Amino acid sequence: MSIDPVTLAVLQGRLEQIADEMDATLFRSAFNPIIAEAHDASHGLYDAETGETLVQGKTGLPIFVGAMSFAVKSVIDHVARQGETLSPGDIYIFNDPYDGGTHLSDFKLVRPVFRSGRVYCFLASVGHWHDVGGNVPGNYNPVATESFQEGMLIPPVRLFVAGELQRDIVAILQANSRLPTSLYGDLNGQINALDLGERRLQELLDEYGDITVAATMNELQARAGGMMSTHISELPDGVFSATDYLDNDGIVDEPLTIGLDIAITDGRMTLDFSRTASACAGPVNIARSTAIASVYVALKHVFPDVPANAGVLRPIDFIIPDGSLLAAEAPKPVGGYTETVLRVIDTVFVALSKAAPERTSGCAYGTINALSLAGHRRDGRRWVMFSFYGGGHGGHVDGDGLNHGNAPISMATIPPLEILEAAYPVRFTEWALRPDSGGPGEQRGGCGAIYEIELLEEQADAFLFGERGRFAPPGVAGGGSAALNKFEYPVDGVPVTPPMSSKMVGMNLVKGERVRLETPGGGGYGPATARAPEKVAEDVRLGYISVVSAQRDYAVVVDEAGVVDAPATQALRDPAL
Amino acid sequence: MSAGANKGLIAGIDVGGTFTDVFVLDQSSGEYLTGKVPSRRDDPAAAVADGLSTLLADMGALKTVVHGTTVGTNALLERRGARTGIITTRGFRDVLEMRRRDRPATWGLRGSFEPVVPRDRRIEVVERVLADGTVLEAVDPDAVRAAARHLLDLGAEALCIFFVNSYANDANERAALDAVREVWPNDHVTSAASILSEIREFERCSTGALNAYLQPVVGAYLARLQGTLHSNGFAGKTFIVQSNGGAMSVEQAQAVPVKTALSGPAAGVVAAARIAGAAGYANVITCDMGGTSFDVSLVADGQSALAAQTAVDFGMVIRSPMIEINTIGAGGGSIAWVDRAGLLQIGPESAGADPGPACYGKGNERPTVTDANLVLGRINADRPIGGALETLDENAARAALDGHVAGPLGLDPMAAAEAVIRVANARMAGAIRLVSIERGHDPRNFVAMPFGGGGALHIGALIRDVGLASALVPRFPGVTSALGCLMADMRHDRVNTLNVALDDVDPALVEADMRHTMAEGETILRQGGMLLDRIEGEFTLDMLYAGQTHTVSVPISLGEAGGLTREIIAAAFDTAYTRSYGRLLEGISRRIVSLRSAVIGRRPATDLSVFAAPVGGSLEDAILGERDVWSDGGWQRAIIYDRAALPRGTRVLGPAIIEQLDTTIFIDPGLAGEIDHFGNVVIREAAD
Repeated sequence: MSIDPVTLAVLQGRLEQIADEMDATLFRSAFNPIIAEAHDASHGLYDAETGETLVQGKTGLPIFVGAMSFAVKSVIDHVARQGETLSPGDIYIFNDPYDGGTHLSDFKLVRPVFRSGRVYCFLASVGHWHDVGGNVPGNYNPVATESFQEGMLIPPVRLFVAGELQRDIVAILQANSRLPTSLYGDLNGQINALDLGERRLQELLDEYGDITVAATMNELQARAGGMMSTHISELPDGVFSATDYLDNDGIVDEPLTIGLDIAITDGRMTLDFSRTASACAGPVNIARSTAIASVYVALKHVFPDVPANAGVLRPIDFIIPDGSLLAAEAPKPVGGYTETVLRVIDTVFVALSKAAPERTSGCAYGTINALSLAGHRRDGRRWVMFSFYGGGHGGHVDGDGLNHGNAPISMATIPPLEILEAAYPVRFTEWALRPDSGGPGEQRGGCGAIYEIELLEEQADAFLFGERGRFAPPGVAGGGSAALNKFEYPVDGVPVTPPMSSKMVGMNLVKGERVRLETPGGGGYGPATARAPEKVAEDVRLGYISVVSAQRDYAVVVDEAGVVDAPATQALRDPAL
Repeated sequence: MSAGANKGLIAGIDVGGTFTDVFVLDQSSGEYLTGKVPSRRDDPAAAVADGLSTLLADMGALKTVVHGTTVGTNALLERRGARTGIITTRGFRDVLEMRRRDRPATWGLRGSFEPVVPRDRRIEVVERVLADGTVLEAVDPDAVRAAARHLLDLGAEALCIFFVNSYANDANERAALDAVREVWPNDHVTSAASILSEIREFERCSTGALNAYLQPVVGAYLARLQGTLHSNGFAGKTFIVQSNGGAMSVEQAQAVPVKTALSGPAAGVVAAARIAGAAGYANVITCDMGGTSFDVSLVADGQSALAAQTAVDFGMVIRSPMIEINTIGAGGGSIAWVDRAGLLQIGPESAGADPGPACYGKGNERPTVTDANLVLGRINADRPIGGALETLDENAARAALDGHVAGPLGLDPMAAAEAVIRVANARMAGAIRLVSIERGHDPRNFVAMPFGGGGALHIGALIRDVGLASALVPRFPGVTSALGCLMADMRHDRVNTLNVALDDVDPALVEADMRHTMAEGETILRQGGMLLDRIEGEFTLDMLYAGQTHTVSVPISLGEAGGLTREIIAAAFDTAYTRSYGRLLEGISRRIVSLRSAVIGRRPATDLSVFAAPVGGSLEDAILGERDVWSDGGWQRAIIYDRAALPRGTRVLGPAIIEQLDTTIFIDPGLAGEIDHFGNVVIREAAD
């Protein structure tokens, strides 16, 4: 059935609105701030047979846009394998990261939508729960060597059977979390979102008819695929490569290579990750589905106008060798998946910058910096302050990178420091932009941040899961790298950095001691020496860069007040004259 | 209006981007006058005086002027505020620039942000207050004075003092304010906690800094406005509409200009709520369609929904209660285009008022929503609204649609025009669903009220699409905001952060806070000198289950028999939570985050029957002619009526067009419009 252009445009908006409304329902009613504030959740509509993404909300976590289709497919496969029969009102729940992507913290709920007695499509909800067991509160265990140390693993099981909640499953889930109340609240929010999505979709199907809506969804995918092909065919044919590294896996202090070769021919793109390291002992492995989802996110950043559905990946082929860091299997630990995902995105940016620099930007800060401080209050109550920290975005053809942005895989905001201070026995002694952290460039990378935290209680332990302590976020098109990630904690009153640079468990703090996190900025865009001296001088005057960096990186001689020494600058920039 | 009737004249004035609208009402006789003059970017106050003097020979008879202004909004959007400095806690000068670690768009990493106060004008001083209000380090007044002098040397005209945790204890902020006043040469000094005493440092700092940034600009404008009005003989009082729909005195507006950011649009919602209320509808969805945007707001049980904060632009956050208005980029000037995937899109790019739609013939060759309406016969080419143009160029509109929509989509020209309208309607319907269905309201209980120039052309399609009961087109859609200014109550708001478990709260202290705000508000409202019927307090607690971060609004009141108790608060929370989410959660403690107080000075009601249509006469006498209108895939013959001549109680069957100076109403086939007792056209299914 061909669909007229008006109905197509109208239904596109209506379908997206259903997914957006599901997002909003969960954000408002969720218990844990990772969903409620950081929006680490997502909802969408998925194909009845392939699980492919048909429609995705605009407000959910970007990485899930690519990952959720694998989650739905794994339920479809499970049902087929087990010979189970789906009924209206069924909801499957699971968090197996090897099939469904991402990590154990992300619980996926999948619900078939029936029309005329048959499965029409699936609705799914995913949300990052606050604690799912394991060795470390909050589940960022940088020294895990098996997923069993990271948390509980639930395969696809039926949470609802024909509309009936299976309370024993809820009991199992709650018994395996340090924060059972939060878990219960978030689970309820996800169920509410699916209920609402089913209601809205049924209304829409009644109004427009099953066939018209199905034809619309097919057509939207075809068009996303066509648009992606057009974008690719506008790039030069050839092979474009990038290599980047993870600092280490938290167990063995050796860098892990991520090597990418992108071959572009005839409007198709093959991403070959053969030069990538093998799966590692520590928790920075990711499943193949997660690797593909990472590429999806990178491509959507480079080509933001392509509609968000499975069609985006139609002109894309992948080579990801079995046993690689990017194709991990159970029980390899995957808790730190965000770091590897961010690095995959960086390699896509750098490789594509060689084909079309103006389409890309310098790499963003590239690490989630999951930092937790935990202890007991005088009255014995346990407290855990857990948050992700920000950094700079890369310079791009239109301007300097954004200072203190969120990670490319997320739209998460950071909690107000006043709320953290009100909730936990800490005070921030610094919360500032970090000078000289943005990569030099004609368009400078945005600045990372400095966060310094002082303990107000007698004793606490600190845990950090970060990256980019050894390999800085690169620039593109000749732009320079940003600053490295840097973390300091006190040992006998002297600030030291962790042996693994940005990964550490069980750092002990006593009252009055401080930890200090300095995050990377973004990579630069274009050669730094092409930046106008007056813009460099302005950066010095505002304190974004130092006098030293101005001279070393930009070849501009300038004083603290921002006054340029023109002859000296001329001599540095063009020694021939 | 005769000279003798000029007793108790009140004027509502809305200064918009294109026009300055004036509505003058004689409160004793009920006579009224409306006027529309072009706005003047260089001197908005002069346009206000122009507008008034076209209606009134003698401004001396005018007792009160209530004003909705976009001077603050425009200064923010165009970054034309004052050179501003910030004095802040050591270690925290970048709070304003770091925001809440966000980015402008989900996809594409091309964002940038320039704070209104650059980094070198944010000066740190030693001081620290802890989250529990303890002063860890007292502020040194000498250091503050030195910082202020440094900022003056850098050319700062306005100053914001923002200290971390000042919501919990503002002693250091107040001490710094006292010290600064000794050296600062003007009144443009803001202490962040005095504007917003609420936890969340970025939001408080941003609100305070934007307030300082606006003070000189808005202050100068209001001084100039008063000067201009006084030199024309006006001897009365001037009031300004706030973003929350309440009015405040000029002096208040000069102190807290950040509260005027949505002044004009808020006044429109006030008017819509009152007009619909008078006609018997307590549930209204207002639809303001202008040149570049479509603004939707919901009024339930006569009450506007208030949002706690808004972002004027990326990173420019104002946290202050304001009428919740959802805006999408779909106005009359929004451009229709086909994207690379072959999908028809409307906006957000707009041709605005200049060059305007293709049919204006002023250089834009891309089709707009207005061009589509013209080609479909819904707009009269010989009678453009607003009066700036003589005629509209239908051929130019058709050519634009052919080239940019019909061609790429393979549609015939009329189908292309209809497609543009249907997609625009779908987007507008989406915005209405967002504020109604998505918030749990049943659309069948709501009426739509279109205002602005373009809303009435689309309203029939919108009520059908969303399933609204009916639409109410007010007598003067084009001057609704000016009318709203006339009607706005006086209002004073305050937020206090409590951050306490319900089990630990002392209800007597909460009640004391409420009484204190009530007394403070009464004093401020009385100082304004506006005639008030009575003063009321409205109080809500922001509450949640321990562990949640999003709050629900829990209404409480002063004067409970036996005083406020935890049990009363608990019961009110349970009711509010159940309404929002359906089920309560067992065994989890409840917390109070903050107390929101509004002190409202109720104005005497405006008698809206003054807008009633003439009695007697016939429908036939109101007919101006006929023309073909394209609807549902074909041409249909529509009768054209003159709004002013339509008698009370008559019913117009669609397809029909009702023309008036400030708008055009299209009654779709199958719908009917009835003239009610207040001069409104009520549109609903003809079969109902």
